[in-house]
Amino acid sequence: MSEALAPRAPFDRALLLSFEPPKGGALANYVKFFTTDNLWTTIGKTLKLALPATLINVLVALPIAYRMRIRSRWQRTITTLLVVPITLGTVLIAEGMLTYFGPKGWLAQFLQLTHIYDGSIRLTHNYWGVLISLVISGFPFAFLLILSYVTGIDPVLARAASTLGADPKAQFRHIYLPLLAPGLAMCFCLAFVQAFSVFPSAVLLGAPAGPTRVISIAAYEAAFEQYDYSLASAIAMIMGFVQLVIVAIVLSLRSWFYRGPVTGGKG
Amino acid sequence: MKQDFNELRLDRVTRRFAGSGGRAFNALSELTLTIRRGEFIALLGPSGCGKSTALNCIAGLLPLSGGTIRLDDTRIDTLPPERRGFGMVFQNYALFPHMSVAKNIGFGLRMRGVGSADIDARVANAMKLVQLTGQEHKLPGQLSGGQQQRVAIARAIVIEPPLILMDEPLSNLDAKLRLETRSEIRRIHRELGRATIYVTHDQDEALSLADRIVVMKDGVVQQIATPREVYAQPANLHVARFMGYRNVLDLAVTGERDDRVTLEAPDMKLTGTRKLPLDGGRASVAIRPEEMTIATQPAAENVIAGRVDSVEYGGRDSLVDVVTPGGTRLHVRAAVHVSLGQSVLVHVPPECVLVYPRETAA
Repeated sequence: MSEALAPRAPFDRALLLSFEPPKGGALANYVKFFTTDNLWTTIGKTLKLALPATLINVLVALPIAYRMRIRSRWQRTITTLLVVPITLGTVLIAEGMLTYFGPKGWLAQFLQLTHIYDGSIRLTHNYWGVLISLVISGFPFAFLLILSYVTGIDPVLARAASTLGADPKAQFRHIYLPLLAPGLAMCFCLAFVQAFSVFPSAVLLGAPAGPTRVISIAAYEAAFEQYDYSLASAIAMIMGFVQLVIVAIVLSLRSWFYRGPVTGGKG
Repeated sequence: MKQDFNELRLDRVTRRFAGSGGRAFNALSELTLTIRRGEFIALLGPSGCGKSTALNCIAGLLPLSGGTIRLDDTRIDTLPPERRGFGMVFQNYALFPHMSVAKNIGFGLRMRGVGSADIDARVANAMKLVQLTGQEHKLPGQLSGGQQQRVAIARAIVIEPPLILMDEPLSNLDAKLRLETRSEIRRIHRELGRATIYVTHDQDEALSLADRIVVMKDGVVQQIATPREVYAQPANLHVARFMGYRNVLDLAVTGERDDRVTLEAPDMKLTGTRKLPLDGGRASVAIRPEEMTIATQPAAENVIAGRVDSVEYGGRDSLVDVVTPGGTRLHVRAAVHVSLGQSVLVHVPPECVLVYPRETAA
């Protein structure tokens, strides 16, 4: 019994702890969060990063994975190339981006030398830096997931559709997309949860005092700068709740779609 | 896309695949065939003979490596499948799992931009034709194999294609359902009055359904003829074997007169009918088990003596293996009762002994 509950123990403790602030009533932490400007705004700032990053990852991975569904000599090469960032880790990506995308980085120098863009370029220490890093680190994950969904769909279905008059566009719209929809929703949820808990790149590549002050930074500060574990627990609870709401919304959309085997019959 | 046509002409249609070690091989070599409106053509052969390749080439699912396909005067082998407009029934049905039966059947009409009222009427019609009325709103996964099969057929015919292509559509059904669906397919073909190309490895299916049978082996056409002709007059030993001539014997030729050939082995003397010019002193004879009888008394010619080695009881008759003194095994379908070890005489009329040139290293 106690063993079965073991994984939940930290959650239970944090939940209890969040209702036991050093000062004030049981809900004081939550009141504080939603009345302090540099706390409640972190929800919006995190969503503003996590939702676009997730959308970009899923929507860019989908057409590429769709193209990769047919085995070809390029399939392995491209898949490998796209998957490499998953092995790098956020800190290494951040370091690379500071070198390449910084104001004196290779990208800026290249653009200015070739006069493609002469204005000043800031892709680090702001919102865009964090967004780009979330896309780089999250994309392989979304891509691999969607690729496995796409290749799981029996290609004979598309062939059958083509003999019935469906051109490649219609095959995608009427056959692949509806069959992929539940998988895409699941992929969105997983990628979103991953992006929502962004921390290292928000600090290293963003403006952690300003536009990229995400909710995990607020929790970190409460716990390790103010040593207010109770408030930190409350922030963690709110963070979890927001994720849960988004995931619940997306997964409830799944019920609109067919969910079942994605092959065309027996045999 | 044409709804009507007079004939589909395949001219030396060839498809090469890259084989192992980078060597290309012909999955289909120079298939030349003209299919007229209303005809039922069966492509028959063992697996890997190129029959499905031929079907996919006609449907447009595989590009040709050579040759042309014309529908009347229009060249169609360069068109993608969606612009050829042939109905196709796939071996594993390939029903869209997320669409209801009615949506599956109406898919082709929807792609053609037919109005929804019209779609409903035509889908209802097609469902009546395949006897599925009442199943409109079910998903394919809720249907039995036989019902799925009929949805697949309805989906292919509702677009009223000039040509219906079927790729072993009965191979996933049980024996009883296979017989029922077989006559259903024949009936639908007659009612539509269009052409059907039917791929199968089952000689019974081909014989019972087709107007003409194309027998294939290793991508090469062996014979194109009516079922009656293919059955009684196989063009060569491959076709004979495939059409149920289970006894193939290698014998020495002792005489030829007109198309009558006399052949000999130490333990038997046979007179047969020559089917192809012979070369050399030996030839292969093909005999169907059904055409041999267990003789009760010695006849004048074509009698082989042997001993019953095995009996497979089959209801109306039994499949009896008779081994000659020289060790040759003969398969005989016998209506009379024989017991193991019994000495018997096997008789076969000369016109049922087909003589072909000796098979080279097969």
